[in-house]
Amino acid sequence: MTDLLMPHPAPATPGGSTTTGDCHVEWKKPSAAPVSVNLAAARERLQSRGGATYWRSLEELAETPEFGELLDREFPRFASEWPDGVSRRNFLQLAAASLGLAGLTACTRQPIEKIVPYVRQAEEFLPGKPILFATSMALSGVATGLLIESHNGRPTKVEGNPEHPASLGATDAVTQASVLGLYDPDRSQAISQLGKAATWTTLNQQLTSALTAQSAFGGAGLRLLTGPVTSPTEARLIAALLESYPQARWHRWDPLARDGATKGLTEAFGAPVGMRFDLAKADVVLALESDFLTAGPGSVRYARDFADRRKVGHPEGAAATMNRLYVAESSPTATGTVADHRFRIRPSQLGGIVQALAAAVGVAGVAAPPLDTASAKWVAATARDLAAHRGAALVVAGETLPAAAHTLVAAINEALGASGGTLLYSAPIEADPVDNLTSLVALLDEMKAGKVDLLLVSGVNPVYDAPADLEVAAVFQGSSALRIHHGLHDDETAAYCQWHVPATHYLESWGDARAYDGTVSLVQPLIEPLYGGKTTGEMVGALLGRPTDDAYTLLRETWEGQMGGETFESAFRKLLHDGMVPASALAPSQPAWVGASVSAAVQALAGEPAGGELELALRPDPSVLDGRFANNGWLQELPKPITKLTWENAILLSPRTAEKLGVKGNDVAELTSPDGRKLTGPVWLLPGQADGVATVHLGYGRTRAGKVANGIGFSAYAAQTLASRYGLPSVTLAATGDSAELATTQGHQSIDWMREESEQATERAIVRQATLSEFEQDPHFAHAGAHEGIDVNASFNPGFEYKGYSWGMVIDLNACNGCNACVVACQSENNIPVVGKEQVARGREMHWIRVDRYYQGDVDEPSAIVSQPIVCMQCEQAPCEVVCPVAATVHSTEGLNDMVYNRCVGTRYCANNCPYKVRRFNFLLYQDWETEQFKLQRNPDVTVRSRGVMEKCTYCVQRINRARIPADRDQRQVADGEIQTACQQACPPQAISFGNINDPAAKVVADKKNPRNYSLLEELGTRPRTTYLAMVKNPNPELSA
Amino acid sequence: MTTATSPTTFGIHGLMAEYSTAQQLLDAAGQAHRAGFRAMDAYTPFPVEALSEVICDHHKSKVPLICLTGGVVGALAGWGLQIWTSAVDYPMNIGGKPYNSWPAFIPVLFECTVLFAAFAAAIGMFMLNGLPQPYHPVFNVARFREKASRDGYFLCIEAQDGKFDRSGTRDFLLQTGAVEVNDVEL
Amino acid sequence: MSVAESPRLPAPLYDPPVIAPGHSSASVGDKISSVVFGKMPLWFYVAMAISFGGAMMLLTALTKLVFTGIGIWGNNNPVGWGFDIINFVWWIGIGHAGTLISAILLLLRQEWRTSINRFAEAMTLFAVACALLFPLFHTGRPWLAVYWLLPYPNTMAIWPNFRSPLIWDVFAVSTYGSVSLVFWFIGLVPDLATFRDRTKKLWQKKIYGALAMGWRGSARHWHNYESAYLLLAGLSTPLVLSVHSVVSFDFASGQVPGWHATIFPPYFVAGAVFAGFAMVLTLMIPLRKAFGLEDFITMKHMDNMGKVMLVTGLIVGYGYIVEIFTAWYSGNIYEWYMIRNRIFGPYKIIWMSLILCNVLAIQPLWFRKARKSIAALWIISMFVNFGMWFERFVIIPTSLHRDFLPGSWGMYYPTRWDFATFFGTIGLFMALMFLFVRVFPAIAMFEMKGLTPDAKVKEPAHG
Repeated sequence: MTDLLMPHPAPATPGGSTTTGDCHVEWKKPSAAPVSVNLAAARERLQSRGGATYWRSLEELAETPEFGELLDREFPRFASEWPDGVSRRNFLQLAAASLGLAGLTACTRQPIEKIVPYVRQAEEFLPGKPILFATSMALSGVATGLLIESHNGRPTKVEGNPEHPASLGATDAVTQASVLGLYDPDRSQAISQLGKAATWTTLNQQLTSALTAQSAFGGAGLRLLTGPVTSPTEARLIAALLESYPQARWHRWDPLARDGATKGLTEAFGAPVGMRFDLAKADVVLALESDFLTAGPGSVRYARDFADRRKVGHPEGAAATMNRLYVAESSPTATGTVADHRFRIRPSQLGGIVQALAAAVGVAGVAAPPLDTASAKWVAATARDLAAHRGAALVVAGETLPAAAHTLVAAINEALGASGGTLLYSAPIEADPVDNLTSLVALLDEMKAGKVDLLLVSGVNPVYDAPADLEVAAVFQGSSALRIHHGLHDDETAAYCQWHVPATHYLESWGDARAYDGTVSLVQPLIEPLYGGKTTGEMVGALLGRPTDDAYTLLRETWEGQMGGETFESAFRKLLHDGMVPASALAPSQPAWVGASVSAAVQALAGEPAGGELELALRPDPSVLDGRFANNGWLQELPKPITKLTWENAILLSPRTAEKLGVKGNDVAELTSPDGRKLTGPVWLLPGQADGVATVHLGYGRTRAGKVANGIGFSAYAAQTLASRYGLPSVTLAATGDSAELATTQGHQSIDWMREESEQATERAIVRQATLSEFEQDPHFAHAGAHEGIDVNASFNPGFEYKGYSWGMVIDLNACNGCNACVVACQSENNIPVVGKEQVARGREMHWIRVDRYYQGDVDEPSAIVSQPIVCMQCEQAPCEVVCPVAATVHSTEGLNDMVYNRCVGTRYCANNCPYKVRRFNFLLYQDWETEQFKLQRNPDVTVRSRGVMEKCTYCVQRINRARIPADRDQRQVADGEIQTACQQACPPQAISFGNINDPAAKVVADKKNPRNYSLLEELGTRPRTTYLAMVKNPNPELSA
Repeated sequence: MTTATSPTTFGIHGLMAEYSTAQQLLDAAGQAHRAGFRAMDAYTPFPVEALSEVICDHHKSKVPLICLTGGVVGALAGWGLQIWTSAVDYPMNIGGKPYNSWPAFIPVLFECTVLFAAFAAAIGMFMLNGLPQPYHPVFNVARFREKASRDGYFLCIEAQDGKFDRSGTRDFLLQTGAVEVNDVEL
Repeated sequence: MSVAESPRLPAPLYDPPVIAPGHSSASVGDKISSVVFGKMPLWFYVAMAISFGGAMMLLTALTKLVFTGIGIWGNNNPVGWGFDIINFVWWIGIGHAGTLISAILLLLRQEWRTSINRFAEAMTLFAVACALLFPLFHTGRPWLAVYWLLPYPNTMAIWPNFRSPLIWDVFAVSTYGSVSLVFWFIGLVPDLATFRDRTKKLWQKKIYGALAMGWRGSARHWHNYESAYLLLAGLSTPLVLSVHSVVSFDFASGQVPGWHATIFPPYFVAGAVFAGFAMVLTLMIPLRKAFGLEDFITMKHMDNMGKVMLVTGLIVGYGYIVEIFTAWYSGNIYEWYMIRNRIFGPYKIIWMSLILCNVLAIQPLWFRKARKSIAALWIISMFVNFGMWFERFVIIPTSLHRDFLPGSWGMYYPTRWDFATFFGTIGLFMALMFLFVRVFPAIAMFEMKGLTPDAKVKEPAHG
């Protein structure tokens, strides 16, 4: 919290001022505070906040590191309702007041209600009936088409746009969580100069004077720093800017940028090219250190295409349908869990592997380097398999691979005839693609040289997320330029700019952007900007001397220019309605190959350093990515795939490596790089992690992100250098002697625990699995086992008949990749609270759907890692119902296991008696009842639960009713697919089917007829309505032997 | 052996003889019974079964009957409550169990039976004994007050008995071996 | 029983009397009343104050609980029940000895019960009172649970779910509580009359008089009284057996491996008697010393209680063995894993303590030497008090923390509030016990008098 209390840096004068220097040092390591509670100081701090703080001082006091320390000393682990748990759990409340002062209330922010009095109702606006609007969200510039559910003018839920090629109706976890970002109380709420509120006009006065000065020498001192831009409008405006200031420069920075690929492909084809995959056509895929199914542009679409090839029904033709995935990675990813063959390799080995592959598939001019036998074996087998499927094979290289490796992989794909089939080249979707790192370095050099007078930083945060050795903060500090920061938060970079302008959230913005395949997608606002705020377009507009033109005008200009004509109005409305420009995907092309590139690449790879005892791999966090989503409570509490960690990052080590290094899980350890950079964080044992590799996720250790993110985890950027952006070939690790309690939602940091967990999962046939050949021999393998031939449903009772509707669900374990989109979707649909790290550590997370992870085989050498989503099984003979003393959970006539919140007294007997442990109890008051923004976000169709009641998955009963009521009115049955549960809708691979099992035509019925269909723990006779489709793997006989 | 005569000539509750042992009291009570006295009562600090037999004229106590009735009522009430609420008044599909899940209703039925029976027995006992009773003439006898609940053994022949005659009965009591005979003031 | 034993010992030690020789109806009354009417030693008030402090701690813990939520305890997913239900079962168990002594031993005509039944009944009442706190306060919304669990239709005309073992609990425990209270009070009435007649202070006369309801020890009273007392004993006997069976149904009728076992009812009842007798000994031994009641609570009682503890303890031990055997013999992978997890899992230390306290520690009771040593008996009884608590821990959290889906496994750690609540109830219990011995006869006087020579009469010849 100290950062909040820090004075804003003064305007940097050449030479820099010591005071600001100090304070910058100060909040770089806030933990430097003394361990004694200095109440006087704390009180003074609180007063320094000013405003109506006294009534929330306690929480704020609790936020000071000293008090935290005190608590830890006074009440170690046995304290339950205490330490940061509370503050984290109440992070929403902490922010409430500022909002209250800002005078935001539900109605002033609902333009629709303001504009349309209910007496004269607008078309299709019914109070209480949600409306869907098409828009799109750009991540690192790349758009995904969305439909946003709006309740009375309040966007409450993000859905994929079924028409949009990048989505097909699904979304990933961060997109699902983005709606919470809109209502984030910590977003900056006013234009500020040196930390004091200022106005758009004064800013523009300063700009005008600065620009007039610039125009004299063609804007030689004007610099623009943005993320990658695919937006035609932004591109147009920036082009215009560079035209009117020919000497001005446009720099790019994005920690997630796929620089390696860009550079490698440029090498290969002589010019930047866009690349996308068509996994529907791919029979054999090899992913090298790439999580392409859940991360990066197009991943949602890729996951769908990939899974469609694995949803085998009957053995007939299964072999033909099923693709095969090889994954070679250092740390397990969601993509790795669906692989048929997963190879654990160290990043330093990748170069050699790629060359060996290239040689094996016959890329001219590449010689196979010596490999250890194991690697050699699978490289050979994989290469043979790839070659055997020429034209239907694909190799995907991860963004962390060196450029040269990308060049070689491109060459391999050429050799495999991928281009035009499984892989499509096109013009780049990005406007003027550059190497981000080079671009940023160039900017910093010029700032050091004092060549920069006016700098606009828009939507990027280099002070936090640039490699440490660039010392961006110091450079900014030392620069004399007028620095304007534009972003959602008053973040680390904003602290080093004189000006800060709040940005609009995409749900408040007009704009456009290109999807992974180039499809132009429209961005239209769902709500008036909560705190004013500007779009990047508007900022550039201001530089162009058009401070009053809003984003809408700028957007229209672009498309009027493109489409023009008198039909424009209707055409444009059509665009907004569809959310995209039809047929705007970039045409596939076959760029010409640069012959010399291969040998160049081979040389480059030869120069790559060899790996030492312990390698460090820096990877974007699966939940908060590079840290841009760090202040999002949903994402922080989202159990990361595989590790199931929440609320922080850790040093991931394989159990064997940890043993070798003499550290245990939860030990705090210090990583030291050869150049003396240090990372200190807790160790996390991760079976499936390559031995000799320490993986650390980026995106933590934020200091100015907001109340959620500040001070949790540690920033791995501290170890990042120009040379080692994605890791270091050799680091040392030493335990500090401390240990930390990490909050995980599954398992425990003891090898015995992990081992027993996986052993029992296997013995109990929780996740049933077979190879393709086994499946062909016995389609009903999922039902083989102990209770074969026993009627597990035998009962003395006649049981109940469900005549009308009878809801059921099937989850295809062959499609699920454990990406977590369903978890966040459920959380936002069902008003599920965030409980905070301390409560998660106690096992009190509230997610209604969880994704269980199981290791197969020994934890030192897991043969596979599988994910299994668990929702309420809606058992027909529900053990939970029988034991409830007050009949607070009973069965509906449609077979749902209803939970009656207002009848529940909270005995927790139902949860104890639930074999699937899907019930969640409100141990404390987890819901935030104060913060205005969160009131706006909630789904009005779902009860907001209070303390002391049990809750659980309802099959999204509110959606069922929303569909059933009109159907009943029209006296028809609800059609199949009319009802989609939140998890089902969000699921990228579409692993979930839901519907009326009395409707023979329903997809869910077809799935239940699938021979792979089985019920979890069916021997208990609970008759679950949620069933699973067993896993079928398609291993390469050559390797599985 | 002293012979205290009543200071008053008003009506009295009866005559109370005190004996030094339970045995003597029992014998005296037997004699009185044979002598035809019925409206009499004996007082001991602890139950003496034989004595109760004599005094109550060998009648069985009614408490067991009351207790049984209570038990039957309780059983019916418990059973009725469960069947009616679960199967008639508001039937619900709970865990796919039949509305009338009678095996699950047995424990409550049993508990109700015991509860009603026990209270019937207790309340019945107090009613039959006419308790609570704030006032009773026997407490007017000083000796009774100090010894009855400690180690005194008393026999009281009441005036309402047909054969009662103030002097005759006193003599009768004295010759049964009473240590002392007192009038019991009303 | 004494026959088999070695004849070398002097006669009195074979079968010590239930009441020391030389006592008369009067002396018994005087001795027992003196505890109440005599002056209390200083230690009494100190102990009373400490216990009362405990009760206040309970009050604080419960207030905090109601205003903050169950979250202050260690309960979580998957362990929905922790200290709360452990303590509930533990207290209920302790209560059972009282009823057993006063009812079952009465029916079995065990004279030796007489001098301890009053005290044991009081213990029952207070234990049940402590137990009742937990099912109420362990709910998320006690302010509703307090009446929604009773059979009345709420505003939506919904009744409780009579299929739920928790509702059975409500009926069983409340019946048990009220019947025990009635039984205890009826037993008290004649002694209250004695106090009424003894005390010199008018206000005490008034209070005891009111409570004695005008009892005058008339033969007609005794007639109905005896019969009612016997009936209540007869009713309490199946009741006490049913209560812990019903409590065991909370688990036995659940799905959870380690709960879903048919041996639970008998095994719980035996455990209850086991725990109850242990607690009686724990309290009785200091009490008889402090108030010099050795004449009434003789070695005979110690000896017999030791034997009962041994027998019930062996039954409980047998329960453990059968549990393990069934788990293995059933071939049910969940059950078998549950057992292995109890013995070798994260909570193995609790299981070991359980075996130490409930199985090993009681073995000395085979020998009269141990049963004759007050110190030994007291120490063993303490072992059992702990052991039975561990047993409930093993049954509840240890079964819950690793059930069917390995993915939902978790750990359970109690918090300081769990301990505060638990020790608080012990404070409340002790405070009530001290109050009881201060104001009521801790030993049934009229029944003791019935054992003195004065009470021996020959049947009159009917003529």
